[in-house]
Amino acid sequence: MHMADALLSPAVGGTMWAASAGTIAYCSAKVRTELDDRKVPLMGVLGAFLFAAQMINFTIPATGSSGHLGGGLLLAILLGPYAAFLTIASVLVVQALFFADGGLLALGCNIFNMGFFPAFITYPFIYKKIACNNPSQIRLTFATLLAAIVGLQLGPFSVVLETLFSGISALPFPTFALLMQPIHLAIGIVEGFVTVAVVSFVYKARPEIVECAMEVRPIGNHPLRNVLLAFLAVAIITGGIVSGFASKNPDGLEWAIAKVTGKEELKGPEQQGLHAALAALQGKTAFLPDYSFGKPAEPMNAGPKPEGEKKKVAGEGISTSVAGIVGTIITLALAFLCGFLLKKRNQAA
Amino acid sequence: MLSIDGVLLDFKRLDSLATGNTAIHRLDPRAKVLVTLVFIVTVVSFGKYELTAMVPFFIFPAVIIGLGNLPAGYIAKKIALLCPFALVVAIFNPVFDREVLVQLGPLGITGGWISCASIVVRAALTVGAAIILLAVTGFPAICRAWERLGMPPAFAVQLLFLYRYIFVLTEEGGRASRARALRSCGNKGLGMRTYGSLLGHLLLRTWLRAERIHMAMLARGFTGEFHTRQEFRFGGRELLFLFGWSMLFIILRLQNFSRLLGALVSGIFQ
Repeated sequence: MHMADALLSPAVGGTMWAASAGTIAYCSAKVRTELDDRKVPLMGVLGAFLFAAQMINFTIPATGSSGHLGGGLLLAILLGPYAAFLTIASVLVVQALFFADGGLLALGCNIFNMGFFPAFITYPFIYKKIACNNPSQIRLTFATLLAAIVGLQLGPFSVVLETLFSGISALPFPTFALLMQPIHLAIGIVEGFVTVAVVSFVYKARPEIVECAMEVRPIGNHPLRNVLLAFLAVAIITGGIVSGFASKNPDGLEWAIAKVTGKEELKGPEQQGLHAALAALQGKTAFLPDYSFGKPAEPMNAGPKPEGEKKKVAGEGISTSVAGIVGTIITLALAFLCGFLLKKRNQAA
Repeated sequence: MLSIDGVLLDFKRLDSLATGNTAIHRLDPRAKVLVTLVFIVTVVSFGKYELTAMVPFFIFPAVIIGLGNLPAGYIAKKIALLCPFALVVAIFNPVFDREVLVQLGPLGITGGWISCASIVVRAALTVGAAIILLAVTGFPAICRAWERLGMPPAFAVQLLFLYRYIFVLTEEGGRASRARALRSCGNKGLGMRTYGSLLGHLLLRTWLRAERIHMAMLARGFTGEFHTRQEFRFGGRELLFLFGWSMLFIILRLQNFSRLLGALVSGIFQ
């Protein structure tokens, strides 16, 4: 469930980048000042372990499909929240670069969805609260299972919200949420059982690892952490609202107004935010503003179009569309030709 | 399902591309990181129905592949394995957005199909940019560039550590997985019980390895930083690279080049 660049608007992507970068900075400072430097190689090597573990599959009983470990919660249990967050973030960076999982702008979203929720929500508020120190097997199982399930509901839900606020996908919110949440309920249960299996194995073989992680860092009573949490929440909400205005249907309201006033001719939909600023610049700098290629090819924004606008788009005629298609093909060919020639020259040299 | 060894080989191949020695490879990584960032943000900033205006942006990956002497077929294949999540979400657009936006004679194209195609083009461009950045820069250099641009040093150390041990641990995991597969008949033995203890063993071995590494590093005077011999210099070439590409992206963002060219060509033929 990696979020992808292609579904993001710059406002949402930027907000999530800021949130993740802030959390990384905070965790780095914490790891530097609070933890012993034994954690440094441990974090690195455990990140690599997570990477390897995600490639090993197991068969899920009675379904015939296979699954693997996600690992966010496991790292939080073994390393504590700060080190776990950094480790998960580093694994996601490698995945974004080497496996093109999502892309670089979506990295902020992915780190937040997959790192923040297990490390700072489900681990301290569910796992720690239920498991306490020195847990019995049943308590440990229950705490881990619940934390994994809740974590894997929050992450996908935030994917849904990010997609929604970006406004690139046309999926309505209820449909998207109904698609994502049940699938991730199943994934969460599997993840919970796998994490239980690994944690109880380690607990039996080397109990001091799990106990040490439990005792050393009493979580809570960090005012700075609460401040950061509040700041993040505000950032997300404002980012969401701003980008919602910027890229969802800002023209819907005007469409309604037009219906009420009954005006035939409507000016182009007012847009806000980055898209609009760029669109305005585009209009100003266009070579021949009155000719068809001065306007954006397709309407810049989604949603119900005013009737007049729609007719105009349809009436722009076949010539514009044909010009668009011909131009696109030629541009593509030119781009590849450039690359090809440069490569030839390179090889000849 | 891809075998672990196959994934690892692919990983190493992509990693080895960064050892090239072309003009692009020699640039300061910061310039390449920043240009990639501008590229991705300009591409993503297009409205959801924009399609033709995004196509000229293919000039960037094409030129860098050409100048950086990268294997074009291999990179294209990597890009073609687009992020499946984006595709799954994109395929719903034609279902929910049925308003006809473009009329090509008798053929009406709905907004859903245009925005779906737009997502595919976006995905190809952004994923391509990330892979090409990696192929002409290399992971350690990207990390150091990010560190110079303000990433916390502790996180940079974490990334470099991770990168160093991915190969070691993935090979170990691959061996363990193969051993399990050879010992299980059909699907028996591939279930969750063995998986749990297999991962548990791998984890314990990892943990012991980390302790040994830590002692070895202390013995060699590790103080929490990696030192590198290579020094970066952000000179005239880097400035030119950064501003040249950024200007081009901004011009392409403001001006629909495909449409201009198409109008020109169809004007000539009329």
